[in-house]
Amino acid sequence: MQAYVLRRLLAVVPVLLGLTVIVFLIMTLIPGDPATAILGSYATPENVDRLNKQLGLDKPLVQQYFIWLGNLLQGDFGRSYSLNRPVLDEVMERFSATLILAGTSLLLCTLWGVLIGIWTAARQYGWVDKILTLVVLVGLSVPSFWLGLLLILAFAVQLRWLPASGMFAVYGGGDLADLLKHLVLPAVTLSVVATGVIARLTRSAMLEVLRQDFIRTARAKGVSELKVLYGHAFKAALVTIIPVIGVQAGFVLGGAVYIETVFQWPGVGRMLVQAISQRDILLVQGGVIVVAASYVLFNLLADLAQSWLDPRIKT
Amino acid sequence: MRTAGIKPALALLFRNRLAGLGAIVLSLVVAICLMAPLLPVPDPDVTDPANRLLRPLAKGHLLGTDHLGRDLLARLIWGTLLSLAVGISASIIAAVVGSGIGITAGYFGGRTDNFIMRGVDMLMAFPYILLALAIVAVLGPGLLNALYAVAVVNIPFFARNIRGATVSIAHREFVDAARLSGMGDWRIVWHEILPNVLPVIAIAMSTTVGWMILETAGLSFLGLGSQPPQADLGSMLGEGRKLLISAPHASIVPGAMIFVIVMSINLLGDGVRDALDPRLRSGALSRPAPVTRIERTKIANLAPSDHLLSVNGLATHFEVGERVYKAVGGVDLAINPGECLGIIGESGSGKSVTALSLLGLVASPPGVIKAGSVHLNGEDLLAADYETLRVVRGGKVAYIFQDPLATLHPLYTIGVQLAEAIRCHRPLSAQEAHNEAIDLLSRVQIPNAAARSRNYPHEMSGGMRQRVGIAMALANDPELIIADEPTTALDVTVQAQILALLDGLRHERNLALIFITHDFGVVAQMCDQVAVMYAGRIVETGTTTEILSDPAHPYTARLMQCVPELGGGRRTLMSIPGLPPALDDLPTGCAFAERCDRARNDCSEAPLDLAAITKSRSVRCLYPGEAA
Ligand code: SF4
Repeated sequence: MQAYVLRRLLAVVPVLLGLTVIVFLIMTLIPGDPATAILGSYATPENVDRLNKQLGLDKPLVQQYFIWLGNLLQGDFGRSYSLNRPVLDEVMERFSATLILAGTSLLLCTLWGVLIGIWTAARQYGWVDKILTLVVLVGLSVPSFWLGLLLILAFAVQLRWLPASGMFAVYGGGDLADLLKHLVLPAVTLSVVATGVIARLTRSAMLEVLRQDFIRTARAKGVSELKVLYGHAFKAALVTIIPVIGVQAGFVLGGAVYIETVFQWPGVGRMLVQAISQRDILLVQGGVIVVAASYVLFNLLADLAQSWLDPRIKT
Repeated sequence: MRTAGIKPALALLFRNRLAGLGAIVLSLVVAICLMAPLLPVPDPDVTDPANRLLRPLAKGHLLGTDHLGRDLLARLIWGTLLSLAVGISASIIAAVVGSGIGITAGYFGGRTDNFIMRGVDMLMAFPYILLALAIVAVLGPGLLNALYAVAVVNIPFFARNIRGATVSIAHREFVDAARLSGMGDWRIVWHEILPNVLPVIAIAMSTTVGWMILETAGLSFLGLGSQPPQADLGSMLGEGRKLLISAPHASIVPGAMIFVIVMSINLLGDGVRDALDPRLRSGALSRPAPVTRIERTKIANLAPSDHLLSVNGLATHFEVGERVYKAVGGVDLAINPGECLGIIGESGSGKSVTALSLLGLVASPPGVIKAGSVHLNGEDLLAADYETLRVVRGGKVAYIFQDPLATLHPLYTIGVQLAEAIRCHRPLSAQEAHNEAIDLLSRVQIPNAAARSRNYPHEMSGGMRQRVGIAMALANDPELIIADEPTTALDVTVQAQILALLDGLRHERNLALIFITHDFGVVAQMCDQVAVMYAGRIVETGTTTEILSDPAHPYTARLMQCVPELGGGRRTLMSIPGLPPALDDLPTGCAFAERCDRARNDCSEAPLDLAAITKSRSVRCLYPGEAA
């Protein structure tokens, strides 16, 4: 088991490196002069020259990459010109807000998705199955940014139950109750699509497992149907469900971009959109790296959870 | 082959009403959009500040106007056209490039494959939308750039799926044949591989097209896609959002349009997938119910027998679509305590289905019990409610299955599985059940039972696993054990040990044992009585000694010839020439006639009865061997 964990941990290193390579390539392939892109079109030629030197852009590409990577590893993600502060500080502050939102959504969609999935599998082709399957399809097809607006109209404008926005900083400001109040609408909206995906997968995984011989064995032993479903079938289905939850973390982190914009949540996603409009390339780069890395780590966790559940994987 | 598959696939697509609905809505939307220049709607870009933010149903503006007084209906139609065009183009780009990459990797394999797939994995390590954002960040906002970004992000998905499909056919006979005939790689890819992976590409497209429309709309919504005055649905929504409270219709309408489009595409896509996925078509993905469906038309009305178990006229069919496979076509059996009854036959003869029918364990759908009764101690199990049946399962009647690696739960230790079997029937504490489980394990001669109880099934040898299977059957001191080819997966020495163990337990506990096998050697060693099954029916039955010394049915004789040496033979049957009849198209007369060398014309004319030839044996044959 320990050997397995170590192997998985080591396997993450090349993925993270590859990730930085891709980000580096995308960013250096910017058509035109990166220094101009970073400084904006009003920059003086002297400033552009200085920044080019500073960024090491006069050196060969490979060397540039290693210098850049070395800086990253020391926590130097550069300085955001639009905010005039270190990129890493800004990103980390924003990222914590995104984590709260995305984490809550992931929890919600896992819970709902799995429950709906089991429920529909247990009643395959019954009316519950048909209705829920349709609901899931609606969830998969609805644009989350539009759903967010509808929810704002309903719950913030019409009913006045919940605030539409106004989350300015996660720390300081309001207390926990205030945070939760602001969290409900965006978290629910964000979880809708992933719920659909997880529900569908759970349903098919359950159906797949329910046809296995060991389910027949359980029934032949006299295990009650409820236990067959939750104790035997679901446990086996979890092995396929867990990696998908890992993948959904990516959808939730990505979808946060829309939701944060709609609800003006002070997260990394909204920061990215603003940074792109202002062509603040270093800020985009920092945000992308941090979010992508956290996604890789989350998938690592899912992997480890899966191996903990399935004794066949460890060897 | 391919043309044969298309018709039923289309039929299935249209049988799926939701998919049909999706198709209709989608074609309607597309048709309206394509006719946009001909429709009597105002120019979508003409502003009219006097009439800004008109509500829907206003005069001359069916859907009202936006903040610049532009007609929303016109903008909606043009925006829809743009969104559709962008989403579909992105999906085509992703499909072409992704499939190219996937086929290359899958067809050439080796290092090419490795290198490409590593890259694809890297791209997939990014959260979906994030990568698109990074690309837009570099290219700058704009509709075309958003299109590229969304296409690029979807390439890995296609590459991975198409690669998988390619790998699975890259070494089939027809591809090898083409290679041997000197066809070049690219021609093989074009003529042999591509046509065969097209369904996979179609499925992948149907899954992603909706997504891509959503994503491009999303980027426009964020202001990173289409730039004013050009407007797709996403940017209309983005603009409308700023007036959410004063003019909600300006954002609700375009969003609803996106939803309608994506929903109908997804409905249609699901239909396409259902139609193209052979597993769905065959109903193989159905969930087996807890009890086999029972639709008995005939129930033999018998005087109560004093047998432990008596089966009368049992018929079990598999109903797959229009076809009916008569797996078991009227079987009678009886067994008393301490007896061992062997049921023997080739695979597909119905012996396992008979055994599973007794406690309603035949997977259903597609299994249905159509006739007969199963009396245990005088009670008809086929008429019993679920709870009664559950108590009998593993209580009075227990099963031992063939392959314990597949029949034991892979994620629970065997100790836990045994304890569960015990606690299903007796109210013991977890600790007591665990102790008893260890007892059971030592009773089936598993050394170090306590330590072994913590093993998972995959950590044990085949023989040990089958001992666990036996221990599980013994857990609640059953009266009858049904062993379904319990030694087939084992090698000869282990087989002998397991048989000896079962035989010992039978005598020690006065167990009744139904032993299902295709090996006469095993029957000779274990059973008092034998029933020989062929095509779902018993063709000969009697005491083991009688039948072994003098088989009456030609099929029995053939089966016996297949065992080189009693008890020691390989378990795989040497095959009998010819094939058993199709179970969905059984002949009227003798089912064995096709393969029988004694067959005469009248054999195939009328149904045959299982007729007694001596006091203890019966045979279903017009010209039985000289047994009498
Ligand atoms: S009935 Fe005729 S065909 Fe059938 S087994 Fe007997 S002899 Fe052969």
